[in-house]
Amino acid sequence: MSILGTRVVRTEDPLFLTRGATYTDDLADDRLVGALHATFVRSTVAHGRLLSVDASAALEAPGVVAVVTAEDVADLVPIPPPFPFVNRAMTRPWLASDRVRFVGDPIAVVLTEERYQGEDAAEMVAVDVDPLPAVVGTAAAASDEVLLFPEAGTNVMASFGQPAPADFFDGCEVVVTQPMVNQRVAPVPLESRAAAAAWGEDGRVTVWCTNQGAQQARGQFGDWLKMDPDLIHLITPDVGGGFGAKIGADPEYALIAWLARHVGRPVRWAENRSENLIGMLHGRAQDQVVTIGGRRDGTIEAYSLVVDQDCGSYPRIGTVLPTLTMLMASGVYGFPRVHAQARALATTTTSIGAYRGAGRPEATSALERAVDLFAAEIGMDPAEVRRKNLLPAFSEPHTTPMGATYDNGDYTTALDRALDAAGYAELRAEQARRRERGDARQLGIGMSVYVEITGADNGAGTGEAASLEVHPDGTATVLTGTSPHGQGHATAWAMIASDQLGIPVERITVVHGDTDRVPQGGGTMGSRSLQQGGAAVHQAAGELVELARQRAAEKLEVDPEDLVVDLGLAGLAVRGTPGTGVTFAELAGDEQLLVQTHFTAAAPTFPFGAHVVVVEVDVESGKAEVARLIAVDDAGTILNPLLAEGQRHGGYAQGVAQALLEEVLYDEDGNPTTSTLADYPFISATELPSFELVEMATPTPMNALGAKGIGEAGTIGATPAVQNAVIDAVAHLGVRHIDMPTTPMRVFRAVQQAQGGN
Amino acid sequence: MIPGSFELVRPASVEEAVAALVEHGDDAKVLAGGHSLLPLMKLRLAMPAVLVDISRIPGLSYVRVEGDEVAIGAGTRHHELEKDAVAAAEVPILPYVASQVGDPQVRHRGTIGGTVAHSDPASDLPTALLALGGTVVVQGPSGRRDIPITEFWLGFFETALAEDELIVEIRVPRTGSAGWAYEKFTRRANDWPIVAAAAVDGRVALANMAGSVVRATATEEALARGASIAEAAALADQGTSPGADMHADQDYRRHLARLLTRRALEKAAGAPAAAA
Amino acid sequence: MQISITVNGQQRTDEVEPRLLLAHYLREVCGLKATNIGCDTTSCGACTVIVDGLSVKSCTVLAAQADGGQVTTLEGLAGPDGEMHPVQQAFREEHGLQCGFCTPGMVMAAVGVLADNPDPTDREIREGLEGNLCRCTGYHNIVRAVRSAAQAGPAAGQVPQAQEVAR
Repeated sequence: MSILGTRVVRTEDPLFLTRGATYTDDLADDRLVGALHATFVRSTVAHGRLLSVDASAALEAPGVVAVVTAEDVADLVPIPPPFPFVNRAMTRPWLASDRVRFVGDPIAVVLTEERYQGEDAAEMVAVDVDPLPAVVGTAAAASDEVLLFPEAGTNVMASFGQPAPADFFDGCEVVVTQPMVNQRVAPVPLESRAAAAAWGEDGRVTVWCTNQGAQQARGQFGDWLKMDPDLIHLITPDVGGGFGAKIGADPEYALIAWLARHVGRPVRWAENRSENLIGMLHGRAQDQVVTIGGRRDGTIEAYSLVVDQDCGSYPRIGTVLPTLTMLMASGVYGFPRVHAQARALATTTTSIGAYRGAGRPEATSALERAVDLFAAEIGMDPAEVRRKNLLPAFSEPHTTPMGATYDNGDYTTALDRALDAAGYAELRAEQARRRERGDARQLGIGMSVYVEITGADNGAGTGEAASLEVHPDGTATVLTGTSPHGQGHATAWAMIASDQLGIPVERITVVHGDTDRVPQGGGTMGSRSLQQGGAAVHQAAGELVELARQRAAEKLEVDPEDLVVDLGLAGLAVRGTPGTGVTFAELAGDEQLLVQTHFTAAAPTFPFGAHVVVVEVDVESGKAEVARLIAVDDAGTILNPLLAEGQRHGGYAQGVAQALLEEVLYDEDGNPTTSTLADYPFISATELPSFELVEMATPTPMNALGAKGIGEAGTIGATPAVQNAVIDAVAHLGVRHIDMPTTPMRVFRAVQQAQGGN
Repeated sequence: MIPGSFELVRPASVEEAVAALVEHGDDAKVLAGGHSLLPLMKLRLAMPAVLVDISRIPGLSYVRVEGDEVAIGAGTRHHELEKDAVAAAEVPILPYVASQVGDPQVRHRGTIGGTVAHSDPASDLPTALLALGGTVVVQGPSGRRDIPITEFWLGFFETALAEDELIVEIRVPRTGSAGWAYEKFTRRANDWPIVAAAAVDGRVALANMAGSVVRATATEEALARGASIAEAAALADQGTSPGADMHADQDYRRHLARLLTRRALEKAAGAPAAAA
Repeated sequence: MQISITVNGQQRTDEVEPRLLLAHYLREVCGLKATNIGCDTTSCGACTVIVDGLSVKSCTVLAAQADGGQVTTLEGLAGPDGEMHPVQQAFREEHGLQCGFCTPGMVMAAVGVLADNPDPTDREIREGLEGNLCRCTGYHNIVRAVRSAAQAGPAAGQVPQAQEVAR
């Protein structure tokens, strides 16, 4: 029986559980002996002219070796926007020189002998800023009354799409429009950002930093520091979570490398959480307007989504994410007319990047809310409206009006399974009883049906490299360009190789995140790893078997066609005569047994599913609690259910968190008010139920494993299902919409207003 | 984040602690469990030059009956109060409220004296203590004095405690089988209350409805003159001055104060909670 | 100032600044890097260790406060022969960790939960872990792991150097 599809516990865990992982700040590398500690001095003003930076007092403080300001980094070229379509004037200085653009904008770096000295000295750097009006929110940005980059002439970083034609909703019996907010959230990987750098006498720099793809980060270092990438050895140690916010390098990381050369000593940096919550990329932050029209029989005929993306101060990945939102605008539905349009806007806040789902949860939330609004308007059960409009099951590629080509899908089955598992009819009956009684605790039932895109081109091309080597001692090494940070690739990739070679999982080492050993790779993001990186390992194992077959045929003097893989032997045996063959290890003893390959994906894949969420809402206080979360997530063939379920669980929690709790907030002056974990309501175990998982697996033809991505399905499906459930709980009181997060005060107010504002 | 530098003094007795406070004046802060003070020091919102660590003073952790009162040593940690059999029998609201403070790790360190001295208006135990009434026993250079609990909290981080005084004991009336309840409203289980209401024996105190924990006097008066719970609870926010934050504006806080007071009174009265 | 602490069964004496946090003492002075620091506000619990038999957040305890005491970190949890503690074992079997950053604190907090309540319900487990944040697992498998560890009996709530609960 194949090991694939079985619950294999992780090979990573014994070390993690007994000694702990080795994160960047844990490194005790010889090259970092005597490293200085970097502490950033950051703007405490959202927007203003930087008049002066006086480091004289800090330079006198104990342990201070240097205080570096904009003048010192004048030889570094400001960082250009990461995408060609962004206004080119929107460049990012390495350290603020004439203007600060968000609370957290780096102004200076203090280098000290010891960590504690850095915080003491940083407080002594005197910064004088002449405040300018803050730009908070997309409306303020779009007005262009205050510009972040006056030389750009606008706050619009980029525009996508055109307005809908004037007659777009003509002929619809019912049209509903709703502005909604997909709020700004903080990714909060438990490990904050950290980096360390040391230069060798050979002119090469070794950089350790916490990220989701060493090769991409190295490329950015090269671009930014104008260095030959071959001179950069980038190592990704164990990574304490990423969730999209650690894609690529942050400018601070490259600055640490530059500083190490500047002072001629190794330098390390580990930010604290307060710095992380203002300095690391945030996610989501879309203001949306949905309009949905159709017939009273439940047929939806036209749907429009208009997005204003808050990008924060400097353009990062968030600037391009509205295009993914637009691509997935119509999701699982076969609406005849679909429109989407977006603007990306600069505000005096922390920049926006990718956060688990990155553009797709925003599309699904808007759409699933819109469908519920339409159902409420025509008085039809939301499950029924969905069934009427879902694309019928398809096994051949389907291209949507927005231009996405889905590989395969069966959305109605997903919805039906989720509703069955939830006991939908009984839930509605219980809801009716509570409504009838006028209970203080009302029941809400929410659902979502989603399709998402995974393994989309992330700039490294749709594919992944892998190499596989069997050693004479019978062990094997896999080199992969993916970059696990909790996903369990060390176990999963070993399973794939083991399945074809018969070498036990625990004898296969997976190497990643070291650009000297693995020069090419796409990293881990966008739910791409298994379908591309795993597929590459699968391909490598196949190629290794073929290489071994040729060598074994010569060694055994038999026809290669007569050799078959003998998994018990971990080698090749002559067909029909088991035990007669040669092991891969023996062949490796004769000559290095190594293959290097690259898997090219034909196209992205489109996982789908349906979530049903049950909430209880205390109508008197407005507080909503999630009682149940039932989820069908179809990600094709599952390699290791233990790992796949773990990915789903984490996503659900983040979905519930966004729907109920979490939001990054700024006051009108652009000051963040959620810059510690005491203020930012990161979801804990007490706000979540145990989840109810329902299985469904429709293999994709796009790779030999049949695998689609699973990393982001949880947030994409759960977020709108929870939001819809909260609104459903108070729908009988006249409530149609409540923005996320559905805080107690918001729910209470929505009920009050629906009841006539008393 | 790390605290600024300070000198650590570790007195072996209350007298030595008071002497250290006299010596260092407002440069000094008392350190007990440290779970109110150290977070402020890490954010550098407090930068005392001297910390007086009273956690090594023996004999400050106890719960015992003394006449009509229960005496609780200032160094009693929340988890000790939570598990204390005497407290459970004599003043059961306190072990329950202690169990609602923060999370287990916080309860393993935090002390009742510390939370009383800190005077955070959103604190659980002070809310219950205010509903109970009683005395804060403090010791200074000229000996001990009693401060009525109702006069102890003066405002946000402000108390009747003098700079050179140390809380040594809290005394509360034995409530025995009298009805009680503590209704804490949070978004997450281990958050500070957005609003909380403690009810015991006809007295009601509220958390986070003013600069310090406060009594719902209008409600208490209404109850005393025989008003129904619903009528009395509707007055709970009278005389309060709640603040606004991301969780609740003033009106919503007032609403919560009335709602939680009603629920607390209903529970204390043994009535089946209307909003189960 | 000089402090003397028994860390994972071994007594040691060090000269430290009074302001040195226990978490930094363990990481930088003792070289025990399993204990992580995930926030500044006593919120996340990643730094949870056992001090004198009780779980505490070591980022909000001065090393000097632990002077004379016994501290157990994740590194001190396995048996002398390297055999994993029942909680460690259960976290592996139930896939109760992903990126691993919250794990040392989560495991130590879980030991504390089981010390306090050897047979907790799921709700009690969730409440017992309310001070420990995890971004990866959604807590689902952590709850399962703690429930499963409880099957191991009293050992699941004990640390190798059995300590009296401090009063």
